[in-house]
Amino acid sequence: MNDLANTIDDRTPQRPDTLLGADELVINMGPQHPSTHGVLRVKLKLDGERVIGSECVIGYLHRGVEKIAENRSYQQFAPYVDRMDYVAAVSNGLGYCEAVEKLLMVEAPPRARVIRTILTELQRIASHLLWLGTHALDIGALTPLFYCMREREEILKIFEKYCGARLTTHAFRIGGLQYEAYDTLEKDVERFCRGFEARIQEYSDLLTGNSIWLGRTRNVGLLKAEDCIALGASGPVLRASGVKWDLRKAMPYAAYDQYKFEIPVGANGDTYDRYLVRIEEMRQSRLICLQAIENIPAGPIMARVGKVLKPPPGEVYHAIEAPKGILGYYIVSDGGTQPYRVRIRPPSFINLQALDKMIRGHLVTDVVAIIGTPDIVLGEVDR
Amino acid sequence: MNAVLQGVLAFVQTWWVELLCAVLIVLVVPLIAGYIVLVELKVMADMQARLGPMRVGPHGLLQPIADAVKLLIKEDLIPDNADQFIFWFAPVLSMTAALTSMGAIAFGPWFQVARDINIGLLFVVGVSALGPFGIVLGGWASNNHYSIIGAIRSTAQLISYETTAGFALVSGFLLAGTLKVSDIVQAQYAGHVWYVFLTPVGFFTYLIASIAETNRAPFDLPEAESELVAGYMTEYSGFRWSLYFLAEYANMIVVGAVGTTLFLGGWLRPFPHVAWLGWVDALPALLLAAVGVYCVMRAGKQPARVQAMFMWVVALLCIVVALIFGLVEVAHASNFAALQASHSFLLLRSMYPGLYGAFWFLLKVSAYIYIFMWLRFTLPRFRFDQLMRLGWHILIPLSLVNVISVGVGLALESSLGWNRWPAMILTSIATLFVGMLLIRWNDKHAAAASASIAADNSQVEDSYAG
Repeated sequence: MNDLANTIDDRTPQRPDTLLGADELVINMGPQHPSTHGVLRVKLKLDGERVIGSECVIGYLHRGVEKIAENRSYQQFAPYVDRMDYVAAVSNGLGYCEAVEKLLMVEAPPRARVIRTILTELQRIASHLLWLGTHALDIGALTPLFYCMREREEILKIFEKYCGARLTTHAFRIGGLQYEAYDTLEKDVERFCRGFEARIQEYSDLLTGNSIWLGRTRNVGLLKAEDCIALGASGPVLRASGVKWDLRKAMPYAAYDQYKFEIPVGANGDTYDRYLVRIEEMRQSRLICLQAIENIPAGPIMARVGKVLKPPPGEVYHAIEAPKGILGYYIVSDGGTQPYRVRIRPPSFINLQALDKMIRGHLVTDVVAIIGTPDIVLGEVDR
Repeated sequence: MNAVLQGVLAFVQTWWVELLCAVLIVLVVPLIAGYIVLVELKVMADMQARLGPMRVGPHGLLQPIADAVKLLIKEDLIPDNADQFIFWFAPVLSMTAALTSMGAIAFGPWFQVARDINIGLLFVVGVSALGPFGIVLGGWASNNHYSIIGAIRSTAQLISYETTAGFALVSGFLLAGTLKVSDIVQAQYAGHVWYVFLTPVGFFTYLIASIAETNRAPFDLPEAESELVAGYMTEYSGFRWSLYFLAEYANMIVVGAVGTTLFLGGWLRPFPHVAWLGWVDALPALLLAAVGVYCVMRAGKQPARVQAMFMWVVALLCIVVALIFGLVEVAHASNFAALQASHSFLLLRSMYPGLYGAFWFLLKVSAYIYIFMWLRFTLPRFRFDQLMRLGWHILIPLSLVNVISVGVGLALESSLGWNRWPAMILTSIATLFVGMLLIRWNDKHAAAASASIAADNSQVEDSYAG
């Protein structure tokens, strides 16, 4: 890690071919910088204001989550996954619970699966809202952040009513749910969803047609579809480049096979397309929530799983479409009460690889516009 | 010794009004700047569905004072690698430029330090253009990459937009036929029209250029917080930082005042010649009285004694000024001879025009600054090349064309005997047409430029393997 971090400094030669024999400038963006979204550190090699090379230095938030898993029972580890992508804790929990269920060869009851879907889609909206607000703030629009926070607050209130927590929710349990849906869950979700369409329109009015916004995001941070696939990028980043790949359709989990929704895709794979894709995804998530609350099946919320989980020896990989991309859990069991090995495929970490490709040739100003678009959360990158 | 003393006394006796005004500017402008910050926070909060500062004083009214105290008692930090003297000097330069340029501005018919400068506004523009030197030097002296980039951006931005602002002002000067502040206002009074109506393009180019000149969003690239941390101010803290901060807000007042004087009729009330709008004269008195009464009502409910005292002082001030306005208005209206002859009334009446003019002038400047805030909370930030393109490809040509068309309009008036209105409307339409052509041409150009960036992007790829 350290050697890598020093490479840029070593390679700053004098450039006699430039006017006045100017040097290249290396600036250090982060780990404490207003718009690196946490503790990401990017070393930028600049020619004037133009980026000619970059390097990400990560690890400032490393907590050894995967190692911790080896010393916790299956249930004990569940709250830890909430702390990876802490703005989309519900999605993380869903992926983990389903992975362990696959390993145990049990299935959550239908009621639990529908409630999981509702909460996960609300979480997707909340995560995208936070992304939209901070992304707009990076580009200099101060106001959308507060509008987004206002709507996100409604979602967090629903979470709080459901399980008592707002951020690191630990909403699901292996085998189903711990808590029954509270009495007015459907009503709350419906009220939020009915009002939300107008809110999305409000953000669009502020940003979508704004010529400064267009100038700042169009043709900025281009990423071709084949580059995305080569780098393993997923989620809105991949879809904005025109690849229609969404695990909710491709390999349905929870209750997604019951609902009708579209997968928005972009055409150019620039920052503007990633913005449009996320806006449209919020609309689709809203539709999924509205469909789901129409018909929540009755029945138990917990499958029959024991108090002590001892999955049979073997391994399992399960991936879900988290708000930021494909979130995969690879769990190896040796038959004991604790996992032998847990490997997590975090979407942020893998999408972050595309950063260098996106920012080359752009100006420093564009770098902040582009860092926002893979929607990284450093808790998940570093784990 | 005696001679020196007498000299000083004579000096003070001759110039006491000017000295008083100067002292007032130095004392009051920082306070006003603080309160503009509070207004900005409140406006921002209003637009962003929240409350803004509410803790210090009623509705956060004492927040600026608390902020100032906080900044004053902070540790005075100068980085080791900084150029000590320039680091010390730069914010002082910015602040001095901002305050000095205020000297030639007339806040109402009376309140002006440099009364008889015949180059009036030119002095204001020239001196306030020194301010960015403070920014550049501060950025340079900080010895920090972010500061340097901020400083360089600031220089480029200043050069581009000062030109536009200059040309926009020239169009106003052509109409007024003078550079002297009081004569410009008199010309608008005599001509029965504010120049914003005669040359709207000039006003709007000046508005945009003045936002860019004061480094406000969406042109706040020198201190773009999401990119350059705090730009040229990154290494500054405490009192030095607050000097920069004050300079920025003082500059807003300056550009607002220049725009108001030249395009918005200075201290004239709206439509000074329209008889049926005479009731507008009563507005200042009513408005101030209402604020005063509100303060009295709230004073009793304040939790801390200092807050209540503050409210009383504000109430007293408002009501005294409202009384001056009100008495004079009433006397004018009622023709009450006994009152008009009384000694104290004469004193009041002598104070009236100055205060009355200052009221309208400050109201217009506030409206101007409100536009700044409004834009700041609505628009995203430009990128640097886009800023430059807007400046050089649209605004400078447009303001040049506007100068020419104002000249043509005046020529039509003077040599062909046209009325001023049709001449100006015709030329304004011509200018707008040119502006539209410029924008269309620029859009094409911008699309090509961003496509070439994308093309370059793929070339750069091999130059360095990360």
